[in-house]
Amino acid sequence: MADHLVVAAFLALGVVFVIATLGVSWLLQPHRPSEEKYSTYECGSEPIGPPWVQFHIGYYVYALLFVMFDIETVFLYPWAVAFGQRIPFILTEMTVFLAIIGAGLAYAWKEGALKWR
Amino acid sequence: MSPLLSILVRALLALLLMLANGVVLIYMLRKVLGHLHLRIGPNRVGPFGALQTSMDVVKLLTKEDFIPSAADKWLFRLAPYMVFVPSFMAYAALVLGPKAAFSGLDTGLLYVFAVLALVPMGVMMAGWASNSKWSLIGGMRAAAQQISYEVPLLLSVLPIVMTAGSMSLAAIVKSQTGYALGFIPRWNVLSPQIVGFGLFMIAALAELNQTPFDMSEAESELISGFANEYSGMRFGLLFLSEFSNSFIISALAATLFFGGWLVPGIDPASPVMVWLGPAVLLLKTYVGIFVLMWIRGTLPRIRIDQMLALGWKALIPASLVWLMLTGVIVRAVS
Repeated sequence: MADHLVVAAFLALGVVFVIATLGVSWLLQPHRPSEEKYSTYECGSEPIGPPWVQFHIGYYVYALLFVMFDIETVFLYPWAVAFGQRIPFILTEMTVFLAIIGAGLAYAWKEGALKWR
Repeated sequence: MSPLLSILVRALLALLLMLANGVVLIYMLRKVLGHLHLRIGPNRVGPFGALQTSMDVVKLLTKEDFIPSAADKWLFRLAPYMVFVPSFMAYAALVLGPKAAFSGLDTGLLYVFAVLALVPMGVMMAGWASNSKWSLIGGMRAAAQQISYEVPLLLSVLPIVMTAGSMSLAAIVKSQTGYALGFIPRWNVLSPQIVGFGLFMIAALAELNQTPFDMSEAESELISGFANEYSGMRFGLLFLSEFSNSFIISALAATLFFGGWLVPGIDPASPVMVWLGPAVLLLKTYVGIFVLMWIRGTLPRIRIDQMLALGWKALIPASLVWLMLTGVIVRAVS
């Protein structure tokens, strides 16, 4: 319980620190607005077209694969902690699990999902 | 001391450590990169330019920090919090010495990775909210890169968890006490786990957006990447957390692979370790950061498709195979 309080304290202190720093900076800094200053930075030229456009589909495929593998690793952590406790078939079970995940990766690879276009 | 006060003191100490690290690391980076480039680096403010970063902090604090009129105001303001706070929270799990830990989290290792995984979200938020093409490309690249390399990073430390039987950093350090053949310290890097260390190192470089994987900032292509439209202290906070992340990852590498606060030849239970331990861990961490800077001054940047291919087609299969091999070897030996 106390350890989780530490985490909460870190969260609170982190937020307070950012607010305090930006607040102090706000008091110390000059405020001289001008239209030029607030324009989008593009090396001095006027930006052509909005940047908020549809972006590369490649990112989306990697994000999907990431979700699959990240959940897999979350399953692997408790398994790794229990590994030393001589539970029967623990290695076999994980081999089967990893084989399924590995087959998924191999399929994505074969279908060209890992190719950056 | 009441428990609540002690928790607050620990959090404040961690904040001081983070800020001190930021100031020291920025100076160190500029000095080390300077010498690698056959330049001198900062040498005007204070002896050997040592006060340069302190002055830079003053400068950042007194600079106008404005929001471009095209930006999404609220996301733009929120992003520095999303980047800084998780990076600071990661300190909670660090174990500096036998009697010096910010907390006794059982799941310390998983906790560090969990909070650091929030950073890419803030980076993407900053890139998107800026409404500038450089920033957006930087933010998207950072997100693709950090999610791709998070998987091998998590997998490469699993063999350590298997051999230590715990996710607590204190227990992992304890598992590395003793000597093989009577004189070689049982650090993971001196065991077959050096393979895991190699995988960890490559994944960590990418996770930290370090050269050769620094596509998200790529100064020569994207000016300053996701942080392009940020100015003043908001920019300062984004960069502070970047340096803090390299400290965290380096400290993790020292803890997981280089015996943490252990010193060969000194009994870990001896009272001298109470102060020597944290000093040694900091030294090991700074050596790790120096290596990161050395790599930064040496290697060219690779292309984004090469970076993603390396992550998915080489590092993930390799770390899965290494995980299973470790399992088989550990079973065969015991």
